[in-house]
Amino acid sequence: MKLIAAMSGGVDSAVAAARAVEAGHDVIGVHLALAANPQKYRSGARGCCTIEDSHDARRAADVIGIPFYIWDMAEEFHDGVVEDFLSEYAAGRTPNPCLRCNEKIKFAAVLDRARSMGFDGVVTGHYARTQISESGKTLHRAVDHSKDQSYVLSVLTVEQIAGAIFPLGDTTKVDIRKEAEARGLAVAQKPDSHDICFVPSGDNAGWLRDRLGSETGPIVDQDGNKIGEHKGAYTYTIGQRKGLGLTVPTSDGSPRFVLKIEPVSNTVVVGPREDLAITTMRGERPVWCGPQVSGTAQEGFVQVRAHGAALPCTYYFDGTLLVAELKEPLLGLATGQAMVIYDGDRVVGSATICQTE
Amino acid sequence: MSPAAFKAISAQMQVLGNPSSLHTHGRSTRKALEDAREVIARQVNCLPSEVIFTASGTEANNIALKGLFWQGKAQGKNIVVISAIEHHAILDPAQWLADHEGAELITVDVTVDGVIDMNSLGKIINQHRNEIAVISVMHTNNETGTLQPISEVVALAGDIPVHTDAVQSFKKTPLSFAELGVYAMTLSAHKIGGPLGIGALILRRAIEIPALLHGGGQEREIRSGTLNAPSIVAFAAAAKDNYPRENVIALRDEFIAAVETLFPDVIVNGKNVERLPGIVNITFPGTQSDTLLLLLDSAQVSASTGSACSAGVHEASHVLLAMGHTQETAQSSLRFSFGSTSTKGDLDFIVSVLPDVIMRGRAANLK
Repeated sequence: MKLIAAMSGGVDSAVAAARAVEAGHDVIGVHLALAANPQKYRSGARGCCTIEDSHDARRAADVIGIPFYIWDMAEEFHDGVVEDFLSEYAAGRTPNPCLRCNEKIKFAAVLDRARSMGFDGVVTGHYARTQISESGKTLHRAVDHSKDQSYVLSVLTVEQIAGAIFPLGDTTKVDIRKEAEARGLAVAQKPDSHDICFVPSGDNAGWLRDRLGSETGPIVDQDGNKIGEHKGAYTYTIGQRKGLGLTVPTSDGSPRFVLKIEPVSNTVVVGPREDLAITTMRGERPVWCGPQVSGTAQEGFVQVRAHGAALPCTYYFDGTLLVAELKEPLLGLATGQAMVIYDGDRVVGSATICQTE
Repeated sequence: MSPAAFKAISAQMQVLGNPSSLHTHGRSTRKALEDAREVIARQVNCLPSEVIFTASGTEANNIALKGLFWQGKAQGKNIVVISAIEHHAILDPAQWLADHEGAELITVDVTVDGVIDMNSLGKIINQHRNEIAVISVMHTNNETGTLQPISEVVALAGDIPVHTDAVQSFKKTPLSFAELGVYAMTLSAHKIGGPLGIGALILRRAIEIPALLHGGGQEREIRSGTLNAPSIVAFAAAAKDNYPRENVIALRDEFIAAVETLFPDVIVNGKNVERLPGIVNITFPGTQSDTLLLLLDSAQVSASTGSACSAGVHEASHVLLAMGHTQETAQSSLRFSFGSTSTKGDLDFIVSVLPDVIMRGRAANLK
């Protein structure tokens, strides 16, 4: 096949490109320039988007022996990922930008452009697997569960999955680094990225405050009594206990947690731990990574964080919303996060959490 | 590298001796180097002593622009005048002088054909005659190949020092330092089939300007550093090569005709004015040039886009923008270069792959 390998400058995408070449594909390396004004050097736990990273990607492509180009996706990234991140926070939800990037950039803007140019698909260094089954090509967890990235890929439609190649899903990260070393790739020991790539300082709250302002507002209990003041509602997350700066203690001295963020009234609601517990979640804008989920309840698992646990549940689609009913209560679930349904290790689909109870 | 240049560099690399040494080996290298200087001087009609060897055209541009500016500044002249279509090796040092040395930078517009607007230049010179330290206008533009009226610039400038970046012109179009009347002129070896990493500044005799590199004082104390004899000798060998100007012009014109027949909506930039034989700059509406470059590269055809920023992101060419293009049309343009070794077979091959490349390029550009 003719493939575009998305190369961030990290070890994973470099080995993925090398494996695709070795599998006999005709591969061209592409580094996505996502920042309009990239920083010169990498800092902290960022793994891409600096000039140093684009040089690492170019060097890896040269060592692998494939052509290399840089595609400017800064505008698409800003509109589809950064703006979405800001507006979701401003609306009191907690978005996952990596998921949006896969949905709107890597497997949309890049895949579309690649297909128009006559390529068959896009290779990335994500830790996930695909399988060909009776119902077509399906998305599965990586063998290395600690590195599994199927959660952030759960926004891919069947058509996008058809054009996605994940060569690393059958290997552990430790072995990928060894393989990179053996292939003579200088990025073999390059640190993993953890932070949000467009927040260079790693200080998400500060970054949000700079862009959304830091309008103070009340922190109230469930009866609406003001018991403190916050410095910008969007810098809080559901379930947060520390850093609230409350001045009125509870009668029994028990701690209080963020239960709700109300952006319109700029209010943060806090309450006791037990009120964080939810057993049902509903998600809007569902995406099916295989056959569409029916209205009949089925047994499976739901995951609500990128590296969170798979929680046993029953799930169904009510025609508008994807619903998951948990076997055990879950504490502190923010709306805006993705709920991803698994059938064993197969990704069934995902939706953006809009209601919890 | 041209076969003659390759032979010359290989032979000279096996010869011992620093040309600045006084012993036999040194003198022998010095002889080869001075022979090379005379060859280059003859080729551009200047005195051998006016040739200052540098490590690149960029270095020569920096020495000339900064040196002439500092010389002028010492006499109270603070203005640097450049054209809007200069190479980054002039644009950036000029901007540096403005940012760090207090220079006032004036950029002269160009016409839609990519030629410096002489009316604007005339007005600027009349208004600031005693304040201008240096004027730098390239001899031919590297992206469109358009020739600039340097003799007319010199006539307008009078006593004001004029520098011209003639990197693209050398060997491709008649070039006489003496006839142009400029103070300084830049050359580079790799543009004429010589090695990478060697250039020259032709600087008028008895013009003393402050140096950028200080040390052994090898080149008129304006450029210090051990002379790269093998590359200089190869530079001269390449300069003696014959450039098949008429053949290249015929190929270029046939290419333009074929492209215009295939795609009637293309724009050949600078088509109405005198240009270098080997450069064709074409706007393909509805495409993005970095996509076209990738597709052409896959088809074994090397073309180029204007320029890339430090992150490697393709940017709209400042040359095309100065000629009145929009961001969008500037980003839809490609430069094709024909050289002395290009053949009719090469041309036919490019023309055969273009329809598919342009079709895919247009499809990939539909958002």
